[in-house]
This record gives sequence, structure tokens and C-alpha cells, in this order.
Amino acid sequence: MSEIVYPQEQGEPVVVNLGNPYVAAVLAWLIPGAGHFYQLRFAKGLLFMLCVLVTYFVGLGLGHGRVVYASNRPNDFRWQYPLFQIHCGAVALPALVQAYKTKDGDDPYFVLCERYPAKYSEADLSLKRIEEDNKPAVMPKNTLKDGFMAPPPGIADPAHQDVLARWHFDYKHFFEMGTLYTMIAGVLNLLAVYDAFCGPAILTADQRERLESKKKGQDQI
Amino acid sequence: MIDLSLLFALTGSVPNLYYAAPLVVVISLVYGATRHEHPAEIIKHSLRSIIWVVGFMAVIMAVIWVAGVMI
Repeated sequence: MSEIVYPQEQGEPVVVNLGNPYVAAVLAWLIPGAGHFYQLRFAKGLLFMLCVLVTYFVGLGLGHGRVVYASNRPNDFRWQYPLFQIHCGAVALPALVQAYKTKDGDDPYFVLCERYPAKYSEADLSLKRIEEDNKPAVMPKNTLKDGFMAPPPGIADPAHQDVLARWHFDYKHFFEMGTLYTMIAGVLNLLAVYDAFCGPAILTADQRERLESKKKGQDQI
Repeated sequence: MIDLSLLFALTGSVPNLYYAAPLVVVISLVYGATRHEHPAEIIKHSLRSIIWVVGFMAVIMAVIWVAGVMI
């Protein structure tokens, strides 16, 4: 059990009990706010949980469930996922499951829609989306299936209108905004992990005094 | 005569700035929470951060507008 005491200029010192910081950090990474709940810091846990999860799910909604995906294919390396989005924890991990499921061309779990023709780049045809009220007379044998948090199906080819291009065209700025929101949610959860591991970066009276004297020195110069 | 077309172009995209508002709020709250432990101090710090960020964005917008007028 580690406890940090922050002496204050006035009033009671701030005491933060971090419990086992390693356990808290892992919990905080896995479920936003859970590390703080483990440390019995309920108000901050709730604040982190709400801020991170609301931002993440709003972003995912703006991007129609397609903006969080893991892909390392040629022409489609989704760097936003390993650098930022994955730090939202468990809620971002289904993207890894979907990437594993679809890596050999299998259909994803939770299919959102289907498109055809599957070999669009060979025929240089634009993709058509199969809708409930717009079903083709003869259902195509092979279709490309958009999955929830799955990488864009089919090959990624900038020379043709691939599925990723369709996503950008269909959802316009919502796709970018959804990506941004989910990335920021990941960064915010990293801050929450830091807070669960090290405690808040409260300035002690000594540090504050040093900062103020530094400022005064600069003013005089 | 001052050409206001760039200012209108900048403010014409105000609806797009709505997307920034929730982000500014959550970023300020989380940043404030990493600097303090008590809710009252977190909220105070967050409000200061919100004002700072919005002010910074306003200054950038003003700089772009002035640069557009001068060029």
C-alpha cells in the first residue's frame, strides 16, 4: 500500500492512497476509472470513466462503428489504433478480435452492411451497397462485409474506389471527427492511468514557492 | 475598406466548431483531475483551462483573419 501526502499552505494536507499502483494502473488502462475505484477514489474514477467512455462512444457513433479498427495491410496501416485508440482499454479490444478474424479474408463478426462486386478493383466497378429496400434481383455470390470495428474488407488500393474510400465518401467529416474523438479518448485514458499510478501532480508548497520565485526573477530581468 | 469575407468564411464554419466544445470540456476536466484531488479544485482548474483554450483558439482565428486581410 503506498500513500502520498501533499502538504498544503493552508488547511489539511491532501492524502492519496494508491493501493498497489501497478494493479491500479492495469485496471485503469483496462476499464477507464476502474483503477481509481480500486483505490477508493470514487469521484475521480467516475469523472475519468464518464469523460473517456462518453468521448469514445460518441466518436464511435459519429464514425458509424467503423473508425476504431486495427489494420496493418499494405496501403492501410491504421496508426491511430495502436498509438491512441487502443488506450481506451477493453472497449477498443474488439478491433483486435475483428482484425484476427478477417486477416485471411473471413467475414467479420457483427456485419453492418454488404457491398458488391467483391472483385471491384479487377473490374474497375464502383462498389454498391446492398440495402434492405435496394436489393439486387440476383444476390451476388461474394460480397464485401463491413463489420463493427473491423478493417475495411477487400483489398486496399488507392488507385481504385476501395471500401475505405467509400467510408470516407459516405460518412464525410463524421469519419474524421469520429477518429479524432476516439483518439482523444485514448490519450485521456493514458492521463487517467498516470493519475492512478503516480497520484495527482499537485504542487507542494515548496514547488509553488520555487516557481513563484523563478517567475519573479524573470520579471526582474 | 476591410475585406470581411475571410472572417465570414472562418465564422461560417462555426457549426463545425461545435465538435470542439465537448472535447475542450473533457480535456480540461481530465487535465484538471490529474493536477488536483478535490472536486472543487478540479472544476476550478478546468474552468481556467477552458477559458485558456477558447482564448487560444480565438487568438489563432484572429491571426488567420489579420493575415488574410494583409495578404
